Amino acid sequence: MDRLVPPSHDEGACIGTNERARRAEARPRPSAREGTRPWVRARRVGREQEAGRRKAGEGQAGAGDMKCLVTGGNVRGKCGATARGGVGGHNLCPLTPAPFRSAGQGRSLAVAHRRRVVLRATGGRALASHRERIPARLSPASCLRRFSSSTTRRPGPPQGQPPRCKVLMKSFLSVFRSLAALEKTVERCCIALSTENSRLVIQLHCKHGVTKTHNLSFQECESLQAVFDPALCPHLLRAPARVLVEAVSPFSPALSEVTLGVSRGRRVVFRSYLEEDTDAARAMMTEMSLSEEEFQQLQAQEGASITFCLKEFRGLLSFAESANLLLNIHFDVPGRPAIFSIEDSLLDGHFVLATLSQSDLCSQEPCRPGQGTHSTTHLDDFANDDIDSYMIAMETTVSEGAAVTPRTPSPVSEEEAEPNVVPGTPPLKKFRSLFFGSVLAPTESPSEPNPVLAEDSEGEG
Amino acid sequence: MRFRAKIVDLGCLNHFTRVSNTISKLAKTCTLRLSPDKLYFILSDKVANGGVSMWCELGQGNFFDEFQMEGVAADHNEIYLELTPENLSRALKTAQNAKTVKIKLTNKHCPCLTVAVELPSLSSSSRIVTHDIPVGVIPRKLWTDFREPTVPDFDVSIYLPVLKTMKSVVERMKNLSSHVIIEANLKGEMNLKIETDLVCITTHFKDLGNPPWASEDASQDRDSENMAEARIDIKKLLQFLAGQQVNPTKALCNIVHNRIVHFILLHEDVSLQYFIPALS
Repeated sequence: MDRLVPPSHDEGACIGTNERARRAEARPRPSAREGTRPWVRARRVGREQEAGRRKAGEGQAGAGDMKCLVTGGNVRGKCGATARGGVGGHNLCPLTPAPFRSAGQGRSLAVAHRRRVVLRATGGRALASHRERIPARLSPASCLRRFSSSTTRRPGPPQGQPPRCKVLMKSFLSVFRSLAALEKTVERCCIALSTENSRLVIQLHCKHGVTKTHNLSFQECESLQAVFDPALCPHLLRAPARVLVEAVSPFSPALSEVTLGVSRGRRVVFRSYLEEDTDAARAMMTEMSLSEEEFQQLQAQEGASITFCLKEFRGLLSFAESANLLLNIHFDVPGRPAIFSIEDSLLDGHFVLATLSQSDLCSQEPCRPGQGTHSTTHLDDFANDDIDSYMIAMETTVSEGAAVTPRTPSPVSEEEAEPNVVPGTPPLKKFRSLFFGSVLAPTESPSEPNPVLAEDSEGEG
Repeated sequence: MRFRAKIVDLGCLNHFTRVSNTISKLAKTCTLRLSPDKLYFILSDKVANGGVSMWCELGQGNFFDEFQMEGVAADHNEIYLELTPENLSRALKTAQNAKTVKIKLTNKHCPCLTVAVELPSLSSSSRIVTHDIPVGVIPRKLWTDFREPTVPDFDVSIYLPVLKTMKSVVERMKNLSSHVIIEANLKGEMNLKIETDLVCITTHFKDLGNPPWASEDASQDRDSENMAEARIDIKKLLQFLAGQQVNPTKALCNIVHNRIVHFILLHEDVSLQYFIPALS
């Protein structure tokens, strides 16, 4: 899999015009705390999976290279949207070696697989703390006018292997940057994999015979396959993306995780999740509670809750909202991956986010919604205005010299609270293995501190 | 110690939000003092603040539809809280089109000022957002640190020009120097000056008028053309000019020659005082 130039003739995928890539720029920056820990392991597993897939794929004809063509507004929004969705969360890099990552390069993996163009994004952080994957498929019947892939004839890659490569997300998106211009001028878009000169060729056939050709360099790569099945998740929440966007809007942009749960009275509650190392006496806790009626479907009992990354969630929401889609959230017990899916006639996307495991949440018991703790009690406040029912008389400080710590604003204590942390060290997170659980023995899942392999330089937080 | 307040009127809510935004621009942490009639946001002059201090006073009746409080003791019916105004401002930002906003003192994982917002929703039952802002309860023996500052025995008192104009002038000056000299006299003239090795720039304001203070004795004997000046940190001045969102009906400034500049913004129901010490 290390060959850079697959020996074959040209092939291409053509995608319809009028892509909407405009969101591309709106991607949130990955935070500094996202580490880069387990990519080595991920890579190994990837290879194993790859081998398995290869075996399975053998004997299938015509999977060698790809060429596809889509015209008109048929796939309007799809390519750009997919890319955008992928980018929404963060940078995209499947198994990018450390140098690339430290250079902060986002990469995407574009895979042609069984007559489908699959754009798959994996964050640098995805392989680290959050392990998220964003596979989005364009089904050929509806959005690709022509899709051909030819079997490789020359020696080299194994037969029946779909081409798999990654391109720099930034350069890919720059092709579809100006949505307004694309919509006005482009009639046809052709994406081809030119193996002669190792380029992914994107041709925009515009009006008046103008053709814009973009040659993007690519790298052959392996792909990680997320192990997930929405059908296995007992809980389902379905709502228009718009409702969810509004639900998370009160949260601070700096907040990294949010807890979603079903609380008393079947209200859906989003609550900020404080990491263990945050000083609870400094951080603001925010909670948003929505009535069940605002959701199209709520299939979860009271008390169910999961904690996941808010930034990724915001990213996928902005994508889903732009297309006015319904978002399905399939989830299970804490620690199991949550699958966020969107679907319409042309596109289906699955965003798989890791959730914090139970052991982590236990330390935050009072903060979990749906546990019948204080978090739910003040929901009734608006109906019940009795001042004594919820206003807790606090210890007064009348008695001079009592054991009251004077809380004067002191910047000194702030410094003292900071332990000596090596800059760039990602915080230790006990995410349950998402993608590797099926491959690795459970004992091997990252339950102990992972060594920091490279200093994270992808964001300044 | 109990406190609960409620805002229903959208205008009041916006006004209160603007005040809290202003405070959050001027101070990282401040003291919120609650008394039966008034709320105060206080920043006392500490070295850590660069010697800057602030005193903001709001009449509660003009903002809240309900206001109930019970202080430490009957004879000291007040509550002093240490708070990060940024949190309050962020919490109020989510209350833009709220039906009701309640602010109350609660004891959760720590003492909190809880802002509960009832938002309209697509369904019959409202969305409810609650923000628990951690606060520190300031014991009574430290209350004396937060006394209202006295108006200094100033040399010159003058009305300020339109704050927006002043802001854009200072904004440009900030690119050239880190200090600005603010000087004024009793003839209604005020100058903003910067002096660097390369350039000296002065902006002159005329006919600003001097407020009639009751005790004019000190300034009476001054030559009306004589300028009183103070050299202050330009960033602090800009922070004040850019951060204020109260749209004052009156804005004035008192200068104690080479000691301090005292700004006062007056609005019907808010008054904000801001002190910037002079640099030598």
